[in-house]
Amino acid sequence: MLKIEGLTAEIDGKQILNGIDLEIPTGEIHAIMGPNGGGKSTLSYVLAGRDGYEVTGGTATFNGIDLLALEPEERAAAGVFLAFQYPVELPGVGNANFLRTALNAIRRTKGEPELDAMQFLKLARQRMKELSMPEDMLKRGVNVGFSGGEKKRNEVLQMALLKPGLAILDETDSGLDIDALKIAADGVNALRGPDFSALVITHYQRLLNYIVPDRVHVLMGGRIVQSGGPELAKQLEESGYTAVQAA
Amino acid sequence: MPAVTETIDAVQSVTEGAYKYGFETDIEMEFAPKGLNEDIVRFISAKKNEPQWLLDWRLKAYAMWLKMEEPRWPAVKYPPIDYQDSYYYAAPVKKAGPKSLDEVDPELLKTYAKLGIPLKEQALLAGVEGAELDGERLPVAVDAVFDSVSVATTFRARLEKEGIIFCSISEAVQKHPELVRQYLGSVVPQGDNFFAALNSAVFTDGSFVYIPKGVRCPMELSTYFRINAKSTGQFERTLIIAEAGSHVSYLEGCTAPMRDENQLHAAVVELVAMDDATIKYSTVQNWYPGDAEGKGGIYNFVTKRGACRGARSKISWTQVETGSAITWKYPSCILQGDDSVGEFYSVAITNNYQQADTGTKMFHIGKNTKSTIVSKGISAGRGQNTYRGLVKISPKASGARNFTQCDSLLIGDQCGAHTVPYIENRCISAKVEHEATTSRIAEDQLFYCRQRGLSQEDAVGLIVNGFCREVLKELPMEFAVEAQKLLQISLEGSVG
Repeated sequence: MLKIEGLTAEIDGKQILNGIDLEIPTGEIHAIMGPNGGGKSTLSYVLAGRDGYEVTGGTATFNGIDLLALEPEERAAAGVFLAFQYPVELPGVGNANFLRTALNAIRRTKGEPELDAMQFLKLARQRMKELSMPEDMLKRGVNVGFSGGEKKRNEVLQMALLKPGLAILDETDSGLDIDALKIAADGVNALRGPDFSALVITHYQRLLNYIVPDRVHVLMGGRIVQSGGPELAKQLEESGYTAVQAA
Repeated sequence: MPAVTETIDAVQSVTEGAYKYGFETDIEMEFAPKGLNEDIVRFISAKKNEPQWLLDWRLKAYAMWLKMEEPRWPAVKYPPIDYQDSYYYAAPVKKAGPKSLDEVDPELLKTYAKLGIPLKEQALLAGVEGAELDGERLPVAVDAVFDSVSVATTFRARLEKEGIIFCSISEAVQKHPELVRQYLGSVVPQGDNFFAALNSAVFTDGSFVYIPKGVRCPMELSTYFRINAKSTGQFERTLIIAEAGSHVSYLEGCTAPMRDENQLHAAVVELVAMDDATIKYSTVQNWYPGDAEGKGGIYNFVTKRGACRGARSKISWTQVETGSAITWKYPSCILQGDDSVGEFYSVAITNNYQQADTGTKMFHIGKNTKSTIVSKGISAGRGQNTYRGLVKISPKASGARNFTQCDSLLIGDQCGAHTVPYIENRCISAKVEHEATTSRIAEDQLFYCRQRGLSQEDAVGLIVNGFCREVLKELPMEFAVEAQKLLQISLEGSVG
């Protein structure tokens, strides 16, 4: 379970998170919605450990492990996966090579045997088929020349291969057409189970039609200002965030 | 592994830092007196029992060298070199014809083991008779040059069947004087430049390769250069001749002990390709680069040049330059034959206080000659990296084409990358293209990799290898893997 208490953080001396309290029990999927600049992406980067995001107070633990004390790669090994809003291009680094290196890095820390090239390809092809990704995406440079939709699908593919305990999806739906959106949602739903939890960050209720969350939270001004069931997302879609602000 | 050995290894790996070839071999050596004069040139020539013409050739080079000045145009800085404060000849004392591994000087054996040359090949390198592999998989033939002399050359019998000559240049002078005399200095003349003149006067050993007409060399040929002795310069000379329709792939590797002093390495490599011949020359240069404060390291001043004399001939240079305190080297192609092809693929890394001024020269003389230049420079720490290249197209080289791509990658904010391309085109129908980029490893790339579970150093290695991919894929398979690891080791501690 992910447990965040009183988390405050700043970037370049500017406070962005003003005391986040959030609990995601194992097996649940929670959605975070909120206006731009409310701290949604900051929260995801703070949980993943990006440089420049300075935690000034509070705690964040995952299955009892103090995430904030770990390096980014150690958090990844502990099962934290961040699907990036803007996946990064790595020119010249083959996608297959990257995926296998990442998978084996995580398997190594878990004490599982590493996969050789053939075992990996078999696994990757199977997952790609499920995500309707063309096979040549394995051969291309990581995200190089990928369309916005392909980049997002590549994130979902990585998630499907790495099988994290906690997935944070940072606006994975942005830039996706409805078909791609369904594929991405299927990728998340396929991981659903007693050992998987997810934090789905989105602007729109649309994605939540496909990934039905257990809880919805509204993040504004660096705080969770409202929480509720899936119906909260629909209300927000109709009334907007200003109504929440007024309330 | 016993705990004690493990501890020693662990301590060594910490104290020696990233350079794992920095050990010294304690072996009985024979030296010429320190310093350089005509007598030393005569001493070397006599030591090698050379014919008069070669001694005269050396003395002429020495006379030229005396009148020349060290080039000052490269973008590298170093204190003046005292040419009298160095040994010009150092060789392990030879014990005649060891019959089994037990009789070979164990220090030499250990050296090869530490350099990662496989055991069976080791037996071959140390000159044990009858240890040759009977080839299910064709191995690499090796010439091992230890300080000033070649200590062994492997797989000669196998190569001789094809009429291929692969031996040390000293031996070639004795056994094939007509070939050596015809080609030595025909691509890099004695007075070509300061360091080539020095080399011509005092070269001690190196490899000689002759591929007869129409023969495709059945295995990779390679030379391991090892500087071991203190205060000793290494001046090797390599000559490769590929007759019409032949094909050869040759690779060289080099390492040296870690020392506080700077040691000089001034090599000359000459390649000659006749009609339809192909020479592929790969280098993984890993001389000791000096320590993190810039103390010690090899000064690497090398002249490499290939002549595409025949029509449709091809010379391809691939270099991965990770070592040396200073690298000054411009493997070049003289494209004389019509439709001949020159290629230069280079990765140069400078970390800590390393400096590299490297590139190529492509001389287009024949019609429809083509050249490709791909240079990848990586600077980290306080490293300075310069690409310097010349593409020269003569009036007669109609239809000539050149494509040049120079990419620089910066790691950190105290290093430098410089690109100095010269283009001289005197032919209206020629096409010359030049592309250049400079980039740095972005924080978001590192974070992306680390979020996927890669350590910071693995992430840098992955990104750098991606950056160099176009060059690394030109290397023979075995070397490509080694080169990838080397790139990563060279950059250890450069980020974070």
